Amino acid sequence: MQRLYRNNGMAELAQIVEKLKVKFPTAIENVREFRGEVTVQVGPDALVEMAMYLRDDPDCDFNFLSDVSGVDYYPEEPRFGVNYHLLSMKHKQRLRLKVRLKGPNPRVPTVTSVWPGANWFERETFDLFGVTFIGHPDLRRLLLPMDFRGHPLRRDNPTVQEEVQFTHNFDEVDRTKPYAKS
Amino acid sequence: MGIEQKAANMGVVTTSLEAAVNWARTNAMWPMLFGLACCAIEMMSAQAANFDMSRFGMELMRASPRQSDLMIVAGRVTRKMAPVLRRLYDQMPDPKWVVSMGDCASNGGVFNNYAVVQGVDEIVPVDVYIAGCPPRPEALIDGILKLHEKVKKEKLTDWA
Repeated sequence: MQRLYRNNGMAELAQIVEKLKVKFPTAIENVREFRGEVTVQVGPDALVEMAMYLRDDPDCDFNFLSDVSGVDYYPEEPRFGVNYHLLSMKHKQRLRLKVRLKGPNPRVPTVTSVWPGANWFERETFDLFGVTFIGHPDLRRLLLPMDFRGHPLRRDNPTVQEEVQFTHNFDEVDRTKPYAKS
Repeated sequence: MGIEQKAANMGVVTTSLEAAVNWARTNAMWPMLFGLACCAIEMMSAQAANFDMSRFGMELMRASPRQSDLMIVAGRVTRKMAPVLRRLYDQMPDPKWVVSMGDCASNGGVFNNYAVVQGVDEIVPVDVYIAGCPPRPEALIDGILKLHEKVKKEKLTDWA
């Protein structure tokens, strides 16, 4: 049965984290390890520099960005988080970078200059969470219609679109539904 | 008995224009390919050999709205697809009918959220709703036969 992670892989990730702590002493806010996955929480200002270092340094060599996703931690502050999942194809290592952002209009610099594949991921995060990526070449909505208003995956949005129509409220819901006339 | 039977023996049938026109419309109703999601698979299998729809006149499915008269909306319609659906419906020439196939097209189905239109009748007027997730091909054929019955009762002035 194939092992899902290698034990000496852990040591390599720990070395990478040590190198990061040496090079960016003030930027790293938190390091967490869980079942072989290492998450490094950074501040938004040092993100691009750290990303470039992780991509270019031959020991790290994280050349593949698998995912950029957003999280809404409402009502915890700082409210938003953006997760970057990195993969090093050469060393077969995965690392997660996490940025926590405040406020109703979170802003974070874009990593499209480091990994061009982040373009659509950041567009999706902007579309669904409203996180603005500073310096993004083409920041517009990806999945929702262009004229959609709001950012649906934020926690203060309602989870249902319309009230479920049962027999007891059939007529009330019917009255408010926009039927097409012809 | 009488003159009609005598005429029928000679190969002449009398009927009303309405009945003849409606009969012609039901027997050669061409659906438009509008399979969006999982219901499209059931629509494809209804068109294929086992549950043949060509025995009801739907020999082929036209991808172009200009050459079809029945739009089977099979699958969930997202908010981004909604204006496209309306535009294609407007491009279909009269007489045209819409069958909403499956739960998602009829009322949003299991998806009660920001992305899915809660029933395609918010966009186009629907003639027959077919329930099911997905409806079996036999259910789709049953719905289409109900549409045929509805068309046979239409008046000539409906589409005039």
